[in-house]
Parts: sequence; C-alpha cells; structure tokens
Amino acid sequence: MARSVMVSTRKGLFEVSKGSRGWGVREAHFIGDNVTLSLHDPRDGTDYAALNHGHFGIKLHRRDKGKKRWKEITTPAYPKKPETLVDLDGWGKPVNWSTQLIWSMETGGPDQKGTIWVGTMPGGLFRSTDRGQSWELMESLWRHPNRNKWLGGGADIPGIHSICVDPRDPDTVRVAISCGGVWVTKDAGESWVQSAHGMRFGDGPEEGLTDPETQDPHMMVQCAADPSTFWVQHHYSIFKSVNDGVSWKEVKAKPSSFGFAVVVHPKDPDTAWFVPGIKDEKRIPVGGALVVTRTSDGGKTFKSLTKGLPQKHAYDVIFRHGLAIDDTGKRLAMGSTTGNLWISENGGDSWKLVSSTLPQVYAVRWV
Amino acid sequence: MATVHFTSNLRRHVDCPRVESTGGTVKAVLDGAFASNPQLRHYILDDQGALRKHMRILIDGQAIIARHHLSDIVTPTSQIWVMQALSGG
Repeated sequence: MARSVMVSTRKGLFEVSKGSRGWGVREAHFIGDNVTLSLHDPRDGTDYAALNHGHFGIKLHRRDKGKKRWKEITTPAYPKKPETLVDLDGWGKPVNWSTQLIWSMETGGPDQKGTIWVGTMPGGLFRSTDRGQSWELMESLWRHPNRNKWLGGGADIPGIHSICVDPRDPDTVRVAISCGGVWVTKDAGESWVQSAHGMRFGDGPEEGLTDPETQDPHMMVQCAADPSTFWVQHHYSIFKSVNDGVSWKEVKAKPSSFGFAVVVHPKDPDTAWFVPGIKDEKRIPVGGALVVTRTSDGGKTFKSLTKGLPQKHAYDVIFRHGLAIDDTGKRLAMGSTTGNLWISENGGDSWKLVSSTLPQVYAVRWV
Repeated sequence: MATVHFTSNLRRHVDCPRVESTGGTVKAVLDGAFASNPQLRHYILDDQGALRKHMRILIDGQAIIARHHLSDIVTPTSQIWVMQALSGG
C-alpha cells in the first residue's frame, strides 16, 4: 500500500506522509525551484522529478532507492530539425523542436525494468529503457502527418499529458494530447493510430466539432482491473470508453462537466472522481464551493463530495495531475492552484486539509 | 583566448566557473567551454543549439545578434558574459 504522497509544486517537491499527529509535510526537495511532475517506480524504488528552470530549460532528476540525494540525468531532447522542413502546428505557428515541458511520466510494464515513458510539450513522446540515462523519441508519432493538426489549448503549444501503459500488454500504449486526441500503439511505438472517435467540442464550426485529431482530452485514465475501460476529462465534457478507446461516449455530471482531473478506482471501472469548474472561460469552482464529484455506477449518476472542502469563496483549481488515487482505491490526494492539499481516506466521502500554505500544486502522486 | 563568465544564478545549478576558451565565433568558444563541462550545454542552448529564449550573451558589452547560429565574431581578448533575465514571483 502506498504510504506517502509526492507533491510537485511551483516552488519545490514535498513528501507528505502520515505520522502520529496525522498527515503532514515530512520532507522538501528542490526548494524554490519549479517541479512540474514526479514519478515513483515501484519496480526498483527509483524516484524521478521533472523541473522547469525557465531560462535554463527542462531538467530531469533521479533519486535511487534508499538514497537521499537527487542526481540530474539526461533530459529527453528533440533531434535536429531538418533545415528545409516547414513544420507548423494546427494554429499555423512554427513548431520549436525543443523540450519545453515534461508533462507526463509513467513506468513501462512490470517486466520492463528501467523502461520509462515521458510525454512532452511540444508533443514528442520519449522512451528510456535505462532509467533515464538515454531517451528515444517515438519518431513514428512525431513524424505522423496528422501531428501538424495538433494545437495548443490552455498552453501555447500541444503536449502529451496522459500515458496509459496497458496492464495486459506493455507494448500497447495510449497517450492523450491537448489538443491532438488520443493515440494508441500496439507494437511498442512502431506505429500509431488516432483513437478519440466519439469525443466532441460544444462550440465552433460544425465540421470541426467531432474531428478526433484536434480533440482536447484534459486527462485520461485506464482502470487497472478492467483495462478496457477509460475515463477522460475533456475540455468540453466527460467521456468514457468501455472498448479500449475504440469509441467514446459523453457523460454529463453536475454541477459541471468541465474540469481537468480524473481518477478511476483501480478495482472498479464504474467508479471515478472529477473536480468540476464552472466552464472553460471561468475556471473556478461553481459558486465558489469546491466539490469533488464521484460516480459509482459508470456515469449514470454523480454525487458531490463536499465534507472537509471549502464551500465559500474557494477559487482552487485542481490541475490535471492534481488528483491521485492509491492502489487500494480508498485514499485520494488533491492539491490546488492556491496551495491547498487535501487527503481523503474514505473514497472522497470526507477530506482532511493537510496544508493551506504550499506553493501552487501541479501534481500529486502516491508512493 | 576569450574569457567566458557565467552568472551566480546559473552556477546554482551547474558548477561553471569562469573559463578561457579559443575560437573565432560564439559557437566555437562555447563548444570549447562545453567540452570540459558537457552538462552546461543544455542550460544555455536549446535542443536545436540555439540560445535559450531568456538567455543573453554579451561580447565586450554588446549583445550577440545571431541567437540561433551563434556566429557573432569573438576576438582573442573578448570578455564574454552568459546572462539570463530574472522574472517571476
């Protein structure tokens, strides 16, 4: 069972665990630096941390099992862009072949020790088979002609924020892109096909509403116990697939279907959690009341979970990696843009505030 | 040989004391500095070898112009400063 939570924030990486006096921050790393994401590899106990130094670029650090010190390792880098190549994104802007954010990090299959997947802005997917010493760009996806349809959503440029390595077969990997739909490989990255059919936008020219190539899934998760089931918190609404992402159906929730984060119960594909905001143009909790919504019947109904969460003048936004569930499905961690961190130990029925003074939270992960 | 100076802000991340390096262009001088300190390269240049967006290089007080190709001329007595903007809250 996971014992602690790694909290990636604008000003450092914090380790949160439960002591005799409850949950609290136990350790802090990279104080003052922008830590955008972390990853714990349960296969060998290694921790990874992605940093964005702004002026000095993106860096990746690794901490070996049992060690105190982090060590900078190789950052995924793009190959030289051919000088004559005109490479434009969906907005018509030139694509900068340079890692501008590590937006997703996941481990490979249980038997692929040392294999790590990393998704980046501006849309490159990388794989390492040696614990991040070297990286390989998934050229077949990067050079796919439809990549030129991808475009930035909230950010200026497209990026891969979700990576689902299939528990049935680690050569099958699905990635979700803002804004580039969902892509799947079944041959360990040799070839890729679009898999966002059924997703849609709610506004805009009719011919573009359902184009899978430009869909904006904010976050995609796969149920560990029933890997054919996927949930997506999309820019427009919530979508669910029960057939390996071959097709997607919209699910409506109250008080809103807009948001960024989603988690699915590891043992029950019908149970998933979301954190709604008003809508894309007003990214705050509805009525200033922070709620988590939970469905336990596959999306037919949703319950608003409020106990322990601020219900007046709360303007917390939970970014896409700001909500995490542990491997029991009972404990959730949630960090907000205003530096609040909550933990629930009963599936979201009630929440405990762990800290209200953290920097802006980008990501939480159970370790 | 040209002298290359780095800011304390950069030295917080990478050990990069002042270094002497030969070469007729910024690129050649930097390549010389990176040869003995390879980790430094990606703190200053992006994946395409261009000067990072918020970095600035001054040759004897003058900002370089060729931020991508780094072809500005350097003399053997040049003082080169690798600088960065500071911003954010």
